[in-house]
Amino acid sequence: MLQYIGKRLLQLIPVLLGMTFIVFLIVRAIPGDPAQIILGQQATKEAVASLRESLGLDNPWYIQYFHYIGQLLTGDFGTSIKTGVPILNEVWPYLAATMELAFVAMVIAVVIGVNAGIISAWFQNSWFDYTAMILALVGVSIPIFWLGLLGQWSFGVELGILPTSSRFNARDPVEAITNFYLIDTLLVGRFDQFIDVMKHLILPAFCLATIPMAIIARMTRSTMLEVMRSDFVRTARAKGQRMFLVVYKHSLKNAIIPVLTVIGLQTGLLLGGAILTETIFSWPGIGRYIYEAISSRDYPVIQSGILIVAFIFVMINLLVDVLYSIIDPRIKYN
Amino acid sequence: MTSMLPKVEVEKQAQARSPFQDGFKSFRKNKIAVIGTIIVAFFVFLAVFGPWIAPQGVNEQNFKLKLLSPSASHWFGTDDFGRDIFSRVILGARLSLAVGFFSVIISIIVGSILGIIAGYYGRWVDTIISRIFDIILAFPSILLAIAIVTVLGPSLRNALIAIAIVNVPNFGRLIRSKVLSIKEEEYITAAKAIGMKDSRILFTHVLPNSMTPIIVQGTLAIATAIIEAAALGFLGLGARAPDPEWGKMLSDARIYLVNAPWTMIFPGLAIMLTVLGFNLMGDGLRDAFDPKMKS
Repeated sequence: MLQYIGKRLLQLIPVLLGMTFIVFLIVRAIPGDPAQIILGQQATKEAVASLRESLGLDNPWYIQYFHYIGQLLTGDFGTSIKTGVPILNEVWPYLAATMELAFVAMVIAVVIGVNAGIISAWFQNSWFDYTAMILALVGVSIPIFWLGLLGQWSFGVELGILPTSSRFNARDPVEAITNFYLIDTLLVGRFDQFIDVMKHLILPAFCLATIPMAIIARMTRSTMLEVMRSDFVRTARAKGQRMFLVVYKHSLKNAIIPVLTVIGLQTGLLLGGAILTETIFSWPGIGRYIYEAISSRDYPVIQSGILIVAFIFVMINLLVDVLYSIIDPRIKYN
Repeated sequence: MTSMLPKVEVEKQAQARSPFQDGFKSFRKNKIAVIGTIIVAFFVFLAVFGPWIAPQGVNEQNFKLKLLSPSASHWFGTDDFGRDIFSRVILGARLSLAVGFFSVIISIIVGSILGIIAGYYGRWVDTIISRIFDIILAFPSILLAIAIVTVLGPSLRNALIAIAIVNVPNFGRLIRSKVLSIKEEEYITAAKAIGMKDSRILFTHVLPNSMTPIIVQGTLAIATAIIEAAALGFLGLGARAPDPEWGKMLSDARIYLVNAPWTMIFPGLAIMLTVLGFNLMGDGLRDAFDPKMKS
């Protein structure tokens, strides 16, 4: 097991190096001179030239790349041009916002998706099965930015029951401790604020949860159908075991592996979806952080932001692979 | 002798049906797949004949008629420039389908070339190409597409290129694995033995035998590509005004959410239906032609 994890981590090194190279290339290829952008349009040519030199932009690309890697290895992710703050110092609140959103979205997707899949399989060809599977088909095809707008319009504008943007009520700001506001509000004992933060989470989290929910529901249904036809399930039923236990205890345990695969894959994909969701709901997360950096040509933030997201994406995928072997000892790795 | 005849006939019939015909038959029996195909056909029809169907021109503005709600004269209402949304949604079909279709074609061509080279020649060539695929797949696709468009500059064409690049590894890996399995077949050994050139083997044997999964994967990829293009348009990184691209229309409609929600409802509905059509059709094709891929 440890050997497998070690091997996978070693294999990650070339991928991570390649990722830094691609991000480096992309950021260098963005039109415009970083030195000029840092100093603004009014800057003199001399000032721009001297900044270019001090930033090392005059060096050949490979020297710049090695310099960049050196910086990364010493934990220097650069400084934001816009705020003048080192990126590692300012990125955490954004990252926490995305993680909180993604976590709640995944909980919604798993709880509803798995149960919908189970009930669909249990009552195969019933009206519930048909409705759930049609909804799941629509769910994977719906553009989440449109779903977000529909949610804002229906629950925010028409019904007026849910807030449509930001993480909390601007008039009553949350005291940031961990930057996970659901936790922070509880830590200071403000239950009213906790409810408010919850309300702010509902629309974006449901929006982000839709696609994984649909995929998880379809996957659960198909694996459950397979398992429920097997001999041990028939035996359990023949012994007079209650159907609820047969489904939730015996069958689910054996059907869960492919579902976990999908859950893992979808967790990684949530990061991509988060960029769109965060834009619609003005959610101050990492996706929005990068998107705004692109609009303002904040090169160091673009570079490190993309790298941080991609790194998390890779780590989630690794974690999922490792988890399989813990859950199902039958899976062996070469 | 006469008793032999019917048996021969049966054998002939059995021989006459190719795997393709078998697959097509089971595809036609799959109601959901047929519905998907009808939806796709409908939008292809709109894309081709849109300019003749749309009641108004794409940029016919009339400020006196701005932000009108849906009515008999404007089925989907009008937008902030007084343009007919029904006409713009119809004319937008061409843009979305074109981006979906051409980006996937580019991904297939580039992915096939790289996948074939990697799978057929193996060794270090395979290692390098496969690692590049791994690296591209290590990024969330929409994030990489955004980054590429930032470099190329925001436009529909560049969005198409970005989406194509992001999807190359999916096809590349598919073809590579297909090539690896086909390479071991006896007819390839036979082709080599009679002195057939590598390039000829690749184009006459390997590629045609990899077509089924490519078509299945391609249909599903068109759905993803259409959503990604709309997402880029929505973020202001795809189509530019005044193109009637659905994602761009949605992003323009955001500020009218309170007063004119119809400006947002119909373009989104069009994206959803098109994507649904391709997903249903793709699922059906997979079940019919490639049962092994069925999840």
